[in-house]
Amino acid sequence: MASPLALVLTVFLVAPIVMIVIVSFWGATEFSIYPAFQFDNYAFLFGSEVTYRVFLNTFKYAGITWVFTLLIGFTVAYFLAFHVRSLKWQIALFLLCTIPFWTSNIIRMISWIPFLGRNGLANSTLISWGVVDEPLEWLLFSDFSVILAFVHLYTLFMVVPIFNTMMRIDKSLIEAATDAGATGWQTLWHVVIPLTKPGIMIGTIFVVTLVMGDFITVRFMSGSQSANVGRMIQNDIGLLQYPSASATAVILLVTVLMVIGLLLRLVDIRKEL
Amino acid sequence: MSSQLDLEFISLTKRYGEVTAVDAVSYHFEAGTYACLLGPSGCGKSSTLRMVAGHETVSSGSVLLGGRDISYLPPAKRGTAMMFQNYALFPHLSVADNVAFSLKMKGEDATTRTHRAGEMLELVDMGGFADRIPAQLSGGQQQRVALARALITEPQVLLLDEPLSALDPFLRIRMRAELKRLQRELGITFIHVTHGQDEALALADEIVVMNDAKIEQAGKTRDVFETPKTAFVARFLGSHNVIALPEGKVAVRADALTLKAPDGAKLQGKITNIEYQGTHVALTAAIIGEQEVTALLSDKDFFGDPKDLGEAVGLDWDNEAAHALTA
Repeated sequence: MASPLALVLTVFLVAPIVMIVIVSFWGATEFSIYPAFQFDNYAFLFGSEVTYRVFLNTFKYAGITWVFTLLIGFTVAYFLAFHVRSLKWQIALFLLCTIPFWTSNIIRMISWIPFLGRNGLANSTLISWGVVDEPLEWLLFSDFSVILAFVHLYTLFMVVPIFNTMMRIDKSLIEAATDAGATGWQTLWHVVIPLTKPGIMIGTIFVVTLVMGDFITVRFMSGSQSANVGRMIQNDIGLLQYPSASATAVILLVTVLMVIGLLLRLVDIRKEL
Repeated sequence: MSSQLDLEFISLTKRYGEVTAVDAVSYHFEAGTYACLLGPSGCGKSSTLRMVAGHETVSSGSVLLGGRDISYLPPAKRGTAMMFQNYALFPHLSVADNVAFSLKMKGEDATTRTHRAGEMLELVDMGGFADRIPAQLSGGQQQRVALARALITEPQVLLLDEPLSALDPFLRIRMRAELKRLQRELGITFIHVTHGQDEALALADEIVVMNDAKIEQAGKTRDVFETPKTAFVARFLGSHNVIALPEGKVAVRADALTLKAPDGAKLQGKITNIEYQGTHVALTAAIIGEQEVTALLSDKDFFGDPKDLGEAVGLDWDNEAAHALTA
């Protein structure tokens, strides 16, 4: 039983990664790339101040997006799991959450542009209400719009695992907490959140890896004014600098794996799988 | 430490939309009583208990504790504590933290919490388990922890929702004795919901038999068992035969039936089943009107004069052993 699966994993997962690792040691000139085993690509990456800035920016996007998706995702999941009483409504509302996924995420992203633009809906509404006198420049093609799009795209990846974990919490535990005199907030803090940790962790892994590996959202929503690691790799590929792109990809992979390793040390998610 | 805190239901009612789960139930429990709410599933006994605990809103009527209307107070302010059917221990907290949970919510400091939790765990014989987590405990141990957690709030009334149903039969009998001992020692009122008549008979000072959202019969356990008023109560408590006679339905205890020659006996029947139960033999006979009655004979009586399947027998009883039933 294991061998077909092993074959699939080898061909589609292990082989490409091995390939990338191999190419990351190759050499490149302005017009050619050649097989080699040298550390030039890595040396250049680690020696460049840009790399650190871009990685820092990537972490910043991941961190801020994580905070917002967690807050929104937890609240939505909590509402669905504990306040919606009937299973029918739970399923209906849950499906409602997935409706945005019926369109391509590029379209969902791009549809923010007319909304946030200089003469877009948001600005004209704010002006007509008299909240601002002139259009806000930072609404579009800024870190704000990048993070807004990330939060919009990825909150569901937080909702699903948290909702799943919450549904497994025995409702009599909540009653037991109330019986012991816990207030709503105390129950949330001492019972619901600790028991939801594995779901939060799985959602966190989804969101962090998606945001760290993304390049298209950053490109569209920042108007090519901000960079993250994905954009750096994309640029190299555009310039046919495959060895350099591979080296960046390897470092990104290692970084993401380290982040996940750290997260898994904090919470045991095995019982959720 | 018995207190003058009687628990009283006044026309206590619970409606879920169109359905009435508990229909104007009134009853008075004296302080320090071990009472069992007994009935088949769906009879409203659990809803009643949950209304007392405050986990279910009261549709109408009220619950009084020591003359104080507690119907609309939050659960923790009622002077009651609940032990849940599946124990509802917090799986992420140690045994000691589970027991001390209510103290932590009140903001007691760690030393007090550890000390009080230790005392409670000693009370239920779980002193050595303070650092375990619930998943490392057996069902019986989890139940003791759940008891300790409920008792640490010093309730005047302890509410137990089918506390023994998750245990194996052997453990059930041991925990039963334990519950009775605790209740005697603490002197507080225990309201215990169960569908097991043996459990109710073994534990309760008072028994409240419920059926179809109403109290079918209530009173001292022995009075209810000795003189069931309705066919439902007689059948539910078991060990009774409900026999339809020309003059009306009567309940006769199985062990009050004696065998006789068919002529001159009150009933004639044919033996359909003989079950050896060790100290007793249960003998089932078919009588007129396609009714079945069971006579519980001591092994001496039966084997002194053994019978065979299909044999015709006469069944007889003392007149005072039969109780007329109202329904």
